[in-house]
Amino acid sequence: MASPHPYIPATEADRARMLERIGVDDLDALFADLPAAFRDPAIDLPPALTEPELIALLADRAAENAAPSRPNFLGAGAYRRSVPSIVSHLVSRSEFATAYTPYQPEISQGTLQSGFEFQSVVCELTGMDVANVGLYDVASATAEACLMASRTTKRQAAALLELIHPGTAGVVNTYARGAGLRVDVVASPDELSDEHACLVVQQPDFLGTIVDLEPLANAAHDVGALLVAVADPFALGILKAPGDAGADIVTGEGRDLAGAPAFGGPSLGLFAAGLPYLRQIPGRIVGRTKELHAPDDGEPRTGYVLTLQAREQFIRRERATSNVSTAQALIALGFTIAVQALGPQGLRQSAELCYQRAHDAARRISALPAYDVPERGPWFQEFLVRGPMSAPELSAALSEREITGGLDVSNRLEPEARDALLFCVTEATPDAHIEALIEALAEIGDEV
Amino acid sequence: MTAPGPRREDFGARLSIDRSVPGRRAVDVPAWHGSKTSLPDSSLLRDSLRLPEMSQGELVRYYTALSERNYGIDSGTYPLGSCTMKYNPKINDLIASQPGFADAHPQARAEDAQGTLRTLLELRRGLAEVTGLPHVSLAPAAGAQGELAGVLMITAALEERGELATRRRILVPDSAHGTNPATAAMAGYTVTHLPTAENGSLDRATIEQELDETVAAVMVTVPNTLGLWEQGIEEVAGLIHDAGAYLYADGANLNAIMGRVRYGDLGFDVAHLNLHKSFSTPHGGGGPGAGPVCCTEELAPYLPTPVVEECADGIVRLLAPERSIGQLQQFHGNVGVLLRAYAYLRALGLDGLRAVSGQAVLNANYLRTLLHGHYDLPYDRPVLHEVVFSGSRQRRQHDVRTYDIAKRLIDHGFHPPTVYFPLIVPEALMIEPTETEPPEAIEALADALIAIADEAAEDPDTLHGAPWSAPIGRLDETTAARRPVLRWQDVKVSETVSRLSR
Ligand SMILES: Cc1ncc(COP(=O)(O)O)c(C=O)c1O
Repeated sequence: MASPHPYIPATEADRARMLERIGVDDLDALFADLPAAFRDPAIDLPPALTEPELIALLADRAAENAAPSRPNFLGAGAYRRSVPSIVSHLVSRSEFATAYTPYQPEISQGTLQSGFEFQSVVCELTGMDVANVGLYDVASATAEACLMASRTTKRQAAALLELIHPGTAGVVNTYARGAGLRVDVVASPDELSDEHACLVVQQPDFLGTIVDLEPLANAAHDVGALLVAVADPFALGILKAPGDAGADIVTGEGRDLAGAPAFGGPSLGLFAAGLPYLRQIPGRIVGRTKELHAPDDGEPRTGYVLTLQAREQFIRRERATSNVSTAQALIALGFTIAVQALGPQGLRQSAELCYQRAHDAARRISALPAYDVPERGPWFQEFLVRGPMSAPELSAALSEREITGGLDVSNRLEPEARDALLFCVTEATPDAHIEALIEALAEIGDEV
Repeated sequence: MTAPGPRREDFGARLSIDRSVPGRRAVDVPAWHGSKTSLPDSSLLRDSLRLPEMSQGELVRYYTALSERNYGIDSGTYPLGSCTMKYNPKINDLIASQPGFADAHPQARAEDAQGTLRTLLELRRGLAEVTGLPHVSLAPAAGAQGELAGVLMITAALEERGELATRRRILVPDSAHGTNPATAAMAGYTVTHLPTAENGSLDRATIEQELDETVAAVMVTVPNTLGLWEQGIEEVAGLIHDAGAYLYADGANLNAIMGRVRYGDLGFDVAHLNLHKSFSTPHGGGGPGAGPVCCTEELAPYLPTPVVEECADGIVRLLAPERSIGQLQQFHGNVGVLLRAYAYLRALGLDGLRAVSGQAVLNANYLRTLLHGHYDLPYDRPVLHEVVFSGSRQRRQHDVRTYDIAKRLIDHGFHPPTVYFPLIVPEALMIEPTETEPPEAIEALADALIAIADEAAEDPDTLHGAPWSAPIGRLDETTAARRPVLRWQDVKVSETVSRLSR
């Protein structure tokens, strides 16, 4: 008479009672519309596991990944951050985690008001007028930015400045194909023309260099194109807000401030723009309003709702600004809390600490006899390292010493990247890992 | 008479920035004692940043108070139709947050991420079994992105056949979710709407009439958004293929048929699933989700990058299919969500999945029976996972709208159902109890809805003003849209916006 599974409460007796009330003999009768010829096919799935078995299996699996304690100097789009401890505590509250899109504002003020906080934080960081509550990730947000630029300028090409993350460029290409947009990768803004809806530039760029956005914004505006800045929100703790440098749309990746990299996702696409583009923004937007009627004990109170929904798929359907529905709300909540916990001083100090530690590590590596750290200009947290052997060989030599070195970028076109690995050191890279790296590099250098 | 209490705080009026006190902070950043590098030129730096300054305890209280102004599945029954708000097993969160999984770097070598990759491989295989579509990419971040992937795959296949220039239309039923037409448009197609027949299925005659050499695909939701089986879909599949078009399954409602019938067997070419629905991962207040796309042998070369494959050397890797439509994410998708879905699949097994679909359907029909006669039921027949009632009678007889009924349900302690969707049902109340609600909860929900139907007749004003017990009353959505205030700083948005609006 038991229920079939801990997740399903109805017992055999419950089911019998319900079937009787419905007036059918058995469950099969309710599935009578399904075509008999295709019913109940053979499906090969492993047997069910109880909770202790599941924990044991997946603990073993997790242990098949590189140990979390292993020194790791990968960045290139995902960065280890010092996330304030309150973040995981608060985002785990199930009132947040197990709710859905706030269609009923009266019982969703938690999600809505934190969405408003998120939009505010994103606007402050990026220097833009308006933000949505987040898209899937930085790459799809950037693709949406290109589509939005195309809609507003009525132009059918997007220009990407070289040194954008290859993953971001890849997603822009995927989305552009559907929209019939041409994507040009340009080496300099001189290649822009009046066919371009936008110029997309990454800050800091893929090799870690800090970009002066202002001349790029001017060049884009000169041909009537928008500037889309793909900015690291953490670096914006010290870097000039792209909006203040003339950007029209700013996108970014918010995952790392909200928690662990999780093999890249759940991620969080930031999307902010200037006011003229408000009605073209993709995704959900929260607005502030008041109660329609005053409660007995006073004035109408302040509340938050999803607003400007005439842009969205569930109303506009094929004329919507985007098809996005479910996005990354819980990660946006974590991002908001992290930024607010750090506060104005903390975010700056943390970004500065990241900058100092990365530069210190780079200096120590370049001081080793067989190593070179080619610089391409001011940089934030990522730097190129050339060693006494080819990049893949250096990577393998580090791996043998249980260290994950930087990303192999040796097949890129930039001369500085030739034979180089792209290392990343942040405020959260443990000192002991840096010591281990220096020691290993020195040893490898000695052996050659 | 109750004694007047202290005046309630206007909680929403005080945001973090209003609670800020200069000099407070929630965390300290370690000092740097090493040698200092000078910062880049000041023209590249910001000179100010406005963020709240709050102590750790204040910040925790603020967000705890916010969470208390929310309603989740753990708070109570959440019968939001089409969204499958089932209980989210806590063990799934525990598993995804293990440091071995959580700290894995997306750029790690495959050899260093075998635990994650092997788990994804097994999820991929499991989803292929459940859908009967042998090839899967786990990359899409949500249902809508899975749809985009599927439609772009069809584009790529048509291009290869040299028919892309002529096949410019996608047929979408009028009962479809808004993401379907929006996706088709985003992929560059024109949308033709298909009417629903009286029995709640697609109208066969219209399909036959519309199918020609200009049609690229037909997007069908199975079971459909009325909670009904799409009658004769396996024959329609044949017609569509004969016309040279592809059949797309919006698999958001897979929950109703898991383990019982498969998209691949019925003749679908490509489908997306919503793991945040059928596979119990938390909805997060609007994501993250995951929307894997599954397809036939024919479409497999076009799947989005990456796909998870076991290579000859026994290592599981992320690969790009030969003629892939490309990437959808900077990295590999919402992996944390995929791990949770895998845990769910393993906790259930085939018998468990069948028990899920069986109970989901039984619960929806139980609710249908309990409410029968109290509300209009435009498609009056046994349903699958959800049932769509109409508040038309209440509207006509008592000037009570579905909107009012939904708001009143909040006073009874329930999250309201989906309302005004699907668009083909006037005053729609789309109710999906899911299998994780016990019969007592379904009875209580039915009792509440019946009481509200009675109240509509006797005391409509109580409904018009509802909810009365929520943290806040009905909000002025019109003013919110007309004079948008979208961030702390009260940017002078409203005037500019009215100037710019079309
Ligand atoms: C039937 C149907 N199709 C598609 C979607 C879109 O899925 P998502 O919100 O994950 O993008 C939904 C839910 O939102 C749905 O209910």
